[in-house]
Amino acid sequence: MIDTLRLTAEEALGLLERGEVSSSELHAAYLAAAGERDGELHAYLRLVEHDGGTGVPIAVKDVISTKGVETTAGSRILEGYVPVFDSTVAVRFKAAGLPMIGKTNTDEFAMGSSTENSAYGFSRNPWDPTRVPGGSGGGTAAAVAGGLAPWGLGSDTGGSIKQPSALCGNVGLRPTYGTVSRFGIVAFASSLDQIGPVGRTVRDVALLYSIIAGRDANDSTTVDLPEPVELPTSERLDGLRIGIPTQIWDLPGIEPGVRASFEAAIETARSLGAEIGDCELPLSFDYGMPCYYLIAPAEASSNLARYDGVRYGPRVEAPTYREMVERTRDAGFGDEPKRRIMLGTYALSAGYYDAYYGQAQRVRTLLIREHRDALERFDVIATPTSPTVAFPIGDKASDPLAMYACDVMTIPSCLAGLPGLNVPSGLSAGLPVGLQLIGRQFGENTLFRAGHALEQAIGFDGVPERLR
Amino acid sequence: MAIDRDTVIRVAKLARLELRPEEVDRLTGELDAILAAVSKVGELDLADVPPTSHPLDLVNVWGDDEPRPSLAVEESFANAPAREGDLFRVPPTAGPEVTA
Repeated sequence: MIDTLRLTAEEALGLLERGEVSSSELHAAYLAAAGERDGELHAYLRLVEHDGGTGVPIAVKDVISTKGVETTAGSRILEGYVPVFDSTVAVRFKAAGLPMIGKTNTDEFAMGSSTENSAYGFSRNPWDPTRVPGGSGGGTAAAVAGGLAPWGLGSDTGGSIKQPSALCGNVGLRPTYGTVSRFGIVAFASSLDQIGPVGRTVRDVALLYSIIAGRDANDSTTVDLPEPVELPTSERLDGLRIGIPTQIWDLPGIEPGVRASFEAAIETARSLGAEIGDCELPLSFDYGMPCYYLIAPAEASSNLARYDGVRYGPRVEAPTYREMVERTRDAGFGDEPKRRIMLGTYALSAGYYDAYYGQAQRVRTLLIREHRDALERFDVIATPTSPTVAFPIGDKASDPLAMYACDVMTIPSCLAGLPGLNVPSGLSAGLPVGLQLIGRQFGENTLFRAGHALEQAIGFDGVPERLR
Repeated sequence: MAIDRDTVIRVAKLARLELRPEEVDRLTGELDAILAAVSKVGELDLADVPPTSHPLDLVNVWGDDEPRPSLAVEESFANAPAREGDLFRVPPTAGPEVTA
């Protein structure tokens, strides 16, 4: 009997290697778990049959093109779209033998922090089904936390892997920009989008990262990893310098339970031998959000121009081409993509470009410099991942600015192109709290070492209490 | 910089969105609030700071010029809403019933 709530991908790999279970038996176990619990969680948009792979099954966010399997990015404008080619990450996980369990729910075009912007209904948090699983990758996060997948893939533009991982008690990595191919990914904001792994342990996340990372001739923004991925083993942090931005103590909206869990995690790091010190990221926390909400919508307005009802997707017929395009887009896009298309189009329009988009690009330069300076003195920067634990469904759905504020601590390092790892630091009122570790460019191995040692010392039980 | 209905309608034209009247009303208020928040970037004097369009220091990435197969015609049309022969069929883009 396979305990899908507890089995790690590494343990599953061991069972496969020893011939104690087959890949299709594992796959069937996750489908059975989905049959039992996904009616409530709605982590998956669709489940698929075992594809003959010999490896550990995987959940895949629905922004990742999968040949022959509908890929909607949570949008009506891609309803019925069946890719005729695989994304590079799909090519790579298939080459490694990983059979797909299903495509997971996401805020429409990965725009959101709760999955409430999905055109196909929201997902629920396995720890408390009255609460959101975070977003945009809430489907993958809920699948992993709810025992419907041992690991999965997400995409992160401003926090869409890290924040749902925090809210669901998973480990999640947003890799360094350029380490994982974006070929075949439904584009949101191209200078920010990164695909990354979600799992139950840091070692699982490192293993999945090693499968998908590396240069791809189909994406000229990718590079080869300067060093191979190392699965972490050490339980000590001797010599590791961890910087804590002094600004986080004054940020409004950080819940006391989140702060307490963060402080406890830092004390744990100190007890493991880490050197803790203060660093300064003043511009990041004051200007990161405004900078992001100009750059990301600007890039989105350009990327989403391709949805015109001509080559794919549903079309609203009209007497002229222009009316057909305008009506197709009005009917196909939900409220959040429309807001961002409008905001981005405005920020890029004649007369406003320099004041908004151009200015945001200059702020981005300063955020990069500020992080580089901090990471000269420290190996890792630590903050809470999310200011709050999982919030009730509907709480922020009608207030865009309140939803945007969920990502205040995940956004700055995304703009700087740096890797970030969420590691569960404990519970607050029965709900998971996440610790965000930010590393240098290509510093994933350092994040894995730090995350693994902390994970071992903290001993977080990732199985939701109500499912134990 | 306050956003009014006329601005929303003008930007929607640029974005090729046929917004319904109630959407124009809602977006006018929402975009006004969001723009007020993001306008904070204007507080900084950044005349001497170069812009960043991309976080990696990549310049001129070269690839080998090797021929390889592209998508087959049938695959290219697999998701098409309307097709005529080997073309995507769309409504008229010019003619008596079309206005700019």
